Formats: sequence, structure tokens, C-alpha cells
Amino acid sequence: MTMLGDRQQLAYIAAQAADARVNVELETEGMTLNIGPQHPATHGTLRIIARLDGEQVVWAEPSAGYMHRGYEKLTEVRTFPQVTALVNRIDWLGSFANEVPFILAAEKLMGVEAPSRAQHIRTILFELSRIANVSLFLGDLGVQLGAITPVFFAFRDREYVLNLIEAATGGRFHPNFDRIGGLKDDLPAGFIDETRVVMKKLRTFCDQIEDLLFGNEIFQARTRGIGVIPKDVALSYGLSGANLRASGVDWDLRRDQDIPMAWNKTEFKVITHPDGDSFARCWVRLQEVRESTKIVDQLLDTIPAGPVMAKVPKIIKVPEGEAWVSTENPLGEMGYYVVSQGDQGPFRVKIRSASFNNISIVPWLLKGVYVPDIITILASLYFILGDIDR
Amino acid sequence: MNAVLLSADLPYWAISLLRVLGGLVAVLLPAGTVVYLFLFKMLSFMQSRLGPMEAGPYGSMQLFAEVGKWLQKEDIVPASAQPEARIFKMAPLIVLASTFLLVVVVPFGPDAWFTNFETGIFYALAVSSVSVLGILIAGWSSANKYSLLGGLRAAGQLVAYELPMVLAVIGVVIQAGTMNLQEIVVAQNAGSMFGWDGLGNPYVLTQFVAFLIFMISVQAELSQTPFDMPIAESELVSGYMTEYSGFRFLIFFIGEFATAGVFAMIASVLFLGGWGVPFSWFGWTTIDSIDNWMNVAGPLILFAKMMALVFFIMWIRFSSPRLREDQLQRFAWKVLIPISLVNIMLTAVLKVAF
Repeated sequence: MTMLGDRQQLAYIAAQAADARVNVELETEGMTLNIGPQHPATHGTLRIIARLDGEQVVWAEPSAGYMHRGYEKLTEVRTFPQVTALVNRIDWLGSFANEVPFILAAEKLMGVEAPSRAQHIRTILFELSRIANVSLFLGDLGVQLGAITPVFFAFRDREYVLNLIEAATGGRFHPNFDRIGGLKDDLPAGFIDETRVVMKKLRTFCDQIEDLLFGNEIFQARTRGIGVIPKDVALSYGLSGANLRASGVDWDLRRDQDIPMAWNKTEFKVITHPDGDSFARCWVRLQEVRESTKIVDQLLDTIPAGPVMAKVPKIIKVPEGEAWVSTENPLGEMGYYVVSQGDQGPFRVKIRSASFNNISIVPWLLKGVYVPDIITILASLYFILGDIDR
Repeated sequence: MNAVLLSADLPYWAISLLRVLGGLVAVLLPAGTVVYLFLFKMLSFMQSRLGPMEAGPYGSMQLFAEVGKWLQKEDIVPASAQPEARIFKMAPLIVLASTFLLVVVVPFGPDAWFTNFETGIFYALAVSSVSVLGILIAGWSSANKYSLLGGLRAAGQLVAYELPMVLAVIGVVIQAGTMNLQEIVVAQNAGSMFGWDGLGNPYVLTQFVAFLIFMISVQAELSQTPFDMPIAESELVSGYMTEYSGFRFLIFFIGEFATAGVFAMIASVLFLGGWGVPFSWFGWTTIDSIDNWMNVAGPLILFAKMMALVFFIMWIRFSSPRLREDQLQRFAWKVLIPISLVNIMLTAVLKVAF
């Protein structure tokens, strides 16, 4: 840029351009814009390399790995109960949900099943972490689009949910509460009544966000018809979660698979949207928070009495074998492929996290959009860096 | 101010000094009040938090603490901006200079003004574009791609919104029959609506469309949300201000809010009767018959009206998302300009008819 003042440089460029074209004035040079690794829109250290023509993106590619922490390798030197402390930190906003599929995989290998009460509490905490995660997304969405107020409402109301998780598990963000065969502890006294109150607050929060953001004409102008993912493209890129459902695919692991969790004991709607644009993705998430609060309410009504821990040996040795369990996490399908060779720790763990697959569509999706829309699309795809880089 | 100073028979340097001090007060006092009341406090209350509470009672000294913090910071010029370091350093001053040039024509009372141009509003609209120059320079000389995008966006946006602003003002000028801001104020306060002069004739009633267009254009001129693409924290990381630190950033920051205050002053002069109260309340008829105390009360009345208008500017800023660049241009060219042209025609026809 500084060289443009240089007359020689200008003459050189003009000569080069004149060879190729008659009309030199309207030709513009391309520009490569690095969005990230340090950029407020990537909430973490994702780097997006975008080749721009003016403000239009002609080519874009996400470059992940700036926060790779090697969890798959680290699990190999941990015992099974220790791994939950690691996987907490994958999707750090909904961390309890990360523990569940791993524990379920280990239980599948050992052939134990958690007692019914533990399954209920697991599902409640799972849905609470989904609510905590997605309600922050709803506020953050506003910030990405320039509305600075909703995010504070989101932080305020997420705090109620985090308090519940803290009351039950002792940790706001990293509960490390799930055990093979059940849970560490039972629910604290008063948890059920308190949760009912909080779920009401969260439904009010959803109404507020719907009024503040989703009803706003500017918000709709910015998101409707932007970043449209058709059904077949969404499926072929392996999207999951709300991103897939917003493209009109009726797919929800909570309903579709039979795992020892309490979802099949509740009634809930799987929200889909036919449009597949940014607005659809945001809208689907908003409705899912509502559905989650209803799931929690139903589970609180039907929570059975009994122990929260099955009979498992003190020193856990998982028998030889391989198991794959995936669940519908806040960000999409999250699964663990656990290989055990009969030791105290896993031999190999492959983590399938939702965000990694979800951002694989970014090069396809960003082609031809304008710079402001990059931010909208990334925000609506909703990834968490820990979930991409692991 | 002028008449008072002249009658005191002060030397030229003393008058100039007093004018400079008056200008500083007229720019910095609104800016400070706006920052504290709206940016610190109103924004916090909207977001269910308290805002600054420690520095002074209810955090009222917070701005001074912030200024102190910024002044201590290093004045960094990025390595790639070194070849044009002088231009880089100059840019924020140009932006602030535009604000000072703007406040010069605002009348604060019957005799309290800095200069009394015959073409005051024409001058005001002209110098308000000077800030574009500063912003463009800042964006270009930062040698940063985000700043460049921000600077270019700002230039495109400010040029696009200059036009509806001028066209909106033309309605007022037609109705008042003058470009002199002082005479516009007098025309509003001495006027009457269908023979009733209890409220004077504030142009916000007759020129309501022009008022709306003017305020929307002001919003865009100030690059406030929903038109804040040049700054756009979440995508361009503050755009043309990205590379500035220390007191140069402070100047941008103060300039932003000072300009908001000055534009609100001009809007209240054009549409809300400026420093005046309806003349019928005190039995005045012309500008010469106004009591002298209005030179003190006038600035306060103007200040109150300005704060009311800035409240709306900030309210919209804090609660709405941001448009996209092409949507903003489309809004200016396809909606605002046609409406303001129709408004001019209607005003002209009615002016001739009545």
C-alpha cells in the first residue's frame, strides 16, 4: 500500500495492466484479508483467509489449529474417569454435554448402565448446558451484527443456569460430574424447585430476544437469504445440529437413537426450518432453547427415586473392545470412538466434534458474499474454538 | 457573546482568547456530558448493569479518569505506516477540527454567537464534510486492511448521506426564507401557527419529514449504529481507528461524541427553535426586543434541547443492529433522497400558496 505513491511502481502496474486490458481504470487489485486468528468475530483463534475483490469474497478458507490441545493423544495417558476432566474443555460453554457421550461409550464397553435416576439427572444437566450454551449464542449474535445490548441480557440469564449447574456439580464451566455407572452425587436440596423458576425465566429471555433481535427489520435484512445452505449440500458436508435442521433436515439424535438417557421419556418437538439461511439457523436455535426448557420441566416432574450410581469396581478396567456413542450436543453431533485394550485407560479415542465438521462448509458458503456477511454467516454457523481444535 | 465582548472594548487578542475558550466549552462540555450520561450511564441501565460507580459520585469523574489513562498511553505509529507518519498523526486532528469549525455557526443566544454568517447552514453542511477527509486519511495511512476497508466505507457512506441531509435542510431554508441560523431561530420563535403563537412555529411540526431525514442522516454522518459499518467492532475491529492509540484515539473518541452534540445543536436550531423560547411568552416581537438574560438562558435551553436529541441518537445506537454497506447506500439513494425531494417540492408549493 505504501508503495503506491511510488511513480515507478504505478508506471509498472499501468504497463502490466495495459497489456492485458484496454480499460485500466476500473480494474482493481485483489486483496487477501486475514480474519483472525485474533479477531472478535471468531470467538477464539480461528483464522479465515479471504481473498477479496473489493468487499466481495472470491475465495475463503478456514485455517484451524491455533488452539490445538491434543486431547485425543492426552486421553491415552489418562484413566477412564480422568478423561472427563479433559473433554469438559472441548466445547467449554456446554461442558457437561461433552462428558456424556464418552461416559456412555465406556459404559457400553463395560456393559453397565446407569440407574434410572442418574439417567434423568444426566439428561437434565445435559439440557441445562445446552440452554447455557445456546442462550449465550443468542446474545453474541447481536454483538456480531452490531447490537450491543442483547448480549448483556444473555449473560444475565445464562448466569441463572450456570448457578444451577454449579449447585448440582460444583463447577460452573467444568463440572467433571459424570462417572462411569452414574453420577458423582445426587441433586442438592431445593434444586428441582429452583430449576422450575429458572426455566420460566429462560422462556421470558427467549421472548425478549425474539422481540429485540428476531423481530428487528435490520436483523432480518442482514440474515434472511444470507448464507443459504441447501439440504443436499448440508448433508454432503456432514453438518449436524441446528445447522442441519435449519436446512430442513429432520434429524435429531435425541429422538432418533436409543441410548440410555431420559429423552425418550419426554415429549419434545424437533425444530426445523425450510430456508437454510442465517436467519433459519438462529431461529432454530432460539426455538430449541424453548424446547429444552420444556424437556427439563418434564424431566423434573418424572424424576424417579433411587440410587445415582450403579455397582462398579473401585478401579475401573474397561474390557477390550471398541465403542462409538454420539449425542446431540448444543453444537451438533458429538461422538467418541473409544478403543480399549483392557487397561485402566483408553488405548485410543477419536473425538468427533460438531464445530469441526460444521465449519468445513465455510469455503463453499463464503464464496461471493460481502465482508459484513462473513461475520453474519460465521456467527450463525455457531462454532466454538475448543470444539474445532480439541 | 460577540456584542458583549465588543461593548467591553477588549483588545483583539483577549476577544480571540475568549472565543477560543468559548469554543472549547461549546465542544467539550456537550461531549463530556453525552459520554457520561448516555455512553456510561444510560447504556449501562439499558443493559441491566450500573456502569462506572467508583470515580466520583455515581462515577461522574469516570471520563476524567479515562482521559488520564489515554494520555498516559504510548503514541504508537505502526511500522508500515511510518512512511506517512505525519499524515497518520494528522488525521484525528482533522476530524476534530471539523467539529470545531461546525460549532462556530451555532447561535447560543440573541447576542451569544461566534460568527453570524448570512449563509450559516450552507457553511455548516460544507465543513461537516471535512471529517470525511480525516477519516479517509486515517484509514489509508494506517496501512492496515481493516482500516482501509473502514476508511473507504466511511467515505462512501458520508458522501451518500450528505445529500439527503442537505435536501432535508433545504425544506427548512425555504420555509424560513434565510440561510442564517440566527434568523431561522427567530423565525421559528416569533412565528405563529394559523394565528396562534403560543408555541411559536417550530419547524419540527411543519417539516417533520425533513426532521426525520435529517436525524437519520446525522446518525449516518456520525457512523452510529445502525450505520456504523466504518467502525464495526465485530467485523472491522473499529475500522479506521484500529491503529490509533493514546491521545490520538482519544481525539477520535471525543470527536465522535462532540460531533454528535454539535449536530444535535444544529438540528435543534433548525427544527426545535434553537436557543429561543416562543417570543409570545414574554411579549417580545423582534430579536432586538429580547431581554438580555436570554444570553445566559439561551445556551442552557439549547443544551437541554440538544440532550433530548442526543438521547434519541444514542437510544437507537445502543439498541439496533448494523446494516450492510449496500443496504445503507440503497436506503440513502432509493428512500431518503426521493422523499426529501418530494418534501422540498411540497414545501415550495405550500410556501407560495400561503
